[in-house]
Amino acid sequence: MRYYDKLIFELSHPGRTGFSLPASFDASARTNLCSPKKRLAVASSVSDAVPTKLLRESALDLPEVSEVDVVRHYTNLSQMNFGVDTGFYPLGSCTMKYNPKINEEIASHPLFSGLHPLQPAATVKGAQAVIDGLDAALAAITGMKHFTFLPCAGAHGELTGLMLMREYHMARNDAARTKVIVPDSAHGTNPASAAVCGLQIVEVKSGADGLVDVESLKPLLGPDIAGIMMTNPNTLGLFERQIGEIAKLVHDCGGLLYYDGANMNPLLGKVRPGDMGFDIMHLNLHKTFSTPHGGGGPGSGPVGVGERVLPYLREPRTSGFHGNFGVMLRAYAYILMLGKQNVKMAGPLATLSANYIKESLKDCYKLPIPSICKHEFVFDGLINDGACEGKAGATTLDVAKRLLDYGFHAPTIYFPLLFHQALMIEPTETESLETLDEFIAVMKKIAAEAAEDPDILHRAPHNAPIGRPDETAAARNPILKA
Amino acid sequence: MGNFAYFPHTEDDIRVMLERIGARSLDELYSDVPADFIYNKEYDLPDALSEQEVRDFFEKLGKENTQLKVFAGQGAYDHYVPSVIPYITSRSEFLTAYTPYQCEISQGTLRYIFEWQSMICRLTGMDVSNASMYDGPSAAAEALRMAVACTRKRNKVVVSTKLMQNVLDVVKSYLKYPDIEVVYAWDVLEELGPDVAGVIVPSICRHGIIQDLSGMADAVHAAGALLIEYCDPSALAVLKTPAEWGADIAVGDGQSLGIPLCYGGPYVGFLACKSEYMRKLPGRIVGQANDADGKRCFVLTLQAREQHIRREKATSNICSNQSLMALWVTVYLSLMGPEGLRKVNELSCAGAHYLYDELLKTGRFEEAFPGRPFLKEFCLKSLVPVDVLQQKLLDAGFFGALELDGYVTFCVTERRTKEEIDALVGVIKEIAL
Repeated sequence: MRYYDKLIFELSHPGRTGFSLPASFDASARTNLCSPKKRLAVASSVSDAVPTKLLRESALDLPEVSEVDVVRHYTNLSQMNFGVDTGFYPLGSCTMKYNPKINEEIASHPLFSGLHPLQPAATVKGAQAVIDGLDAALAAITGMKHFTFLPCAGAHGELTGLMLMREYHMARNDAARTKVIVPDSAHGTNPASAAVCGLQIVEVKSGADGLVDVESLKPLLGPDIAGIMMTNPNTLGLFERQIGEIAKLVHDCGGLLYYDGANMNPLLGKVRPGDMGFDIMHLNLHKTFSTPHGGGGPGSGPVGVGERVLPYLREPRTSGFHGNFGVMLRAYAYILMLGKQNVKMAGPLATLSANYIKESLKDCYKLPIPSICKHEFVFDGLINDGACEGKAGATTLDVAKRLLDYGFHAPTIYFPLLFHQALMIEPTETESLETLDEFIAVMKKIAAEAAEDPDILHRAPHNAPIGRPDETAAARNPILKA
Repeated sequence: MGNFAYFPHTEDDIRVMLERIGARSLDELYSDVPADFIYNKEYDLPDALSEQEVRDFFEKLGKENTQLKVFAGQGAYDHYVPSVIPYITSRSEFLTAYTPYQCEISQGTLRYIFEWQSMICRLTGMDVSNASMYDGPSAAAEALRMAVACTRKRNKVVVSTKLMQNVLDVVKSYLKYPDIEVVYAWDVLEELGPDVAGVIVPSICRHGIIQDLSGMADAVHAAGALLIEYCDPSALAVLKTPAEWGADIAVGDGQSLGIPLCYGGPYVGFLACKSEYMRKLPGRIVGQANDADGKRCFVLTLQAREQHIRREKATSNICSNQSLMALWVTVYLSLMGPEGLRKVNELSCAGAHYLYDELLKTGRFEEAFPGRPFLKEFCLKSLVPVDVLQQKLLDAGFFGALELDGYVTFCVTERRTKEEIDALVGVIKEIAL
């Protein structure tokens, strides 16, 4: 990766253009520009059509650059970026699996990309078949009845799902249910989504085994509980084995179970949330179903429901048209490639890879919970961080930055909050044994470096385009635009 | 194994890995899952397809759609997409990256988001923009929640019914359950009062009329509330900006900036505000920083607002943005520049006004809002049955004349030529009065 310092505004040269548009909407006028008779007798300019007091006063300061400037600039920017196609990306809870290229071809197909979202049903039969086919496939995979595709991301799905939870209770004149139970290990979006939906959060603690403690849950249940949000396997990568009992307890108290599908990948082809008793769930098509993350979106967070909630599925309108249709096309293409044959191997191979790394590195990194994990697991920092008199030990942040030097993306760090030096690793099913072995070797090497001289890690990354930025200064004096 | 292109594991690999773990089989890795929950049946999915079969499958489905010349808007606009954009956005370094958590190897993403924020500020006249939202309607809902957070002890918002229907629908869903009172009004100023936190109005109404917001900001501010303007960012090249109208927050959908229609998504929302409200902004924000050597670099900043730090006390639950679509728009605006974007408006405006006049000349329409200014989208009263009108247009390969509030709406962008407009008018002339 090569450091490149320009912003597009700094390439601007007044008078240069990167666009190519027709001279006039009337092609015949172009060949007869000199003939005034051919001109149209209508308001042909914005200043004729719109009163001056409604027009922009200030100059619009956008870059003035040629097409080649644009292409080189963004190509240079791309070369400071690391993607799944660049290398191994073991970012926990993010399921950075390989993004098949046929998906991209399908998503940009002109027979789909030119459709206006308000076109009548008779003219979009193919698009509707995509939505229906994907709905049926996701229902088969999850054990839910149907999905809504309006949510554009996982957190958006959570919000939509919680709205459905409230619709259900309101329809039953059970308006007192305004609290939702969230485990302390949950993704930050869970409590945040509940708050946006006007719900109060009741936290339930994890036990020493990292699982929701059923005895702690029991006293929380009552007539004010709308439901519980569960991630299973949870953010420690552990299967909540008491889910059957939890489901019964929550249902008996009149609540519903919400499944956070961020961690669905190890269950793909193996376990269905609907069978575990969940009433509402979201999936992240950009995680489990191989659509690319795009540097932070667009994703898709369809919400599925069981029988109880089905009557309300179309109620919440959380995005403007039909959701991120382009992402749905990609996910459907992936599912058709998987088919009933390959789907059975997806979750198990993801789980195999995670356990393989865990067992290979537990002599160098602290493993707080040694049981079998699912698609991901959490280390709590180095066993020997190299701390000695006058010298601080290497932290999880240091390990993450040193990994960049060796050509790997870092795991998720400092999450979940249950451990101070959390290092959360998720390899996915699309990485070969050789790649996993290379990663393991580098992680061991970093542990050895830390033991020898933690300063090597403190100063990392050494060969990225930039060194560690001063984030505190950036937040204190924010510069948020050019 | 080894016969599926996305799973690299051979039988030998699996054996080696299981040995390291100390497990005898893949099934044993699920020994922590109660047996009742293991799905042993065959999944009700199609048989696995090869890549060429997948391609054929979608080709066949695609042909079941009717490709139409689009003369409709209502929040989704058929503007021209320069070839450079998909070329750049399909670069895998952008496409296959995650949210830029490790900034040292994410400077590409962070830089274009910084450019996006800068361009949104330049279009709207606002001081601060976030890194983008899911779409315009959800950004509008977030802006209303933000207004409540920015004002003390006020929990009522006033929503103009001049907004497009999909914006109203999403706002209604988002604000149904939190403790926020929502009032819908054609004339928002009549609803101002001491408990109003924010007012949202469109810069172009659902009927296509460019709004004269003179006095609006003063009245809203005098009542102690924030003014939110919902705008079409493409039109901001020529129309008075939210800042020039005195708005505090600007929101809208970036789809009109070169994003394909794609049956409604992915699009991209924007949300920008005056600097005093910066710390109440929802979503990601990128800021400029320096590394230890003094090199200019970019980082995710002001994260104390966000859900992964604040959990239920965050400004919003939003975690991601629509990053790649923000790149899409940033490349579009780089190519267009001030002159290109102005030209897009000129061409759309000229085509729309030509269509407007020609439709009136057919005698099949009456003016709905005589003398009211519009750019690319307008309403007329139809004198022929609307279902007949719509079907005739569809039969001829046109999508237009959407029914709205008792009128029909049309939209013309620079994609539509005079020949296409004349052909559409020709179809309408044949409808019996």
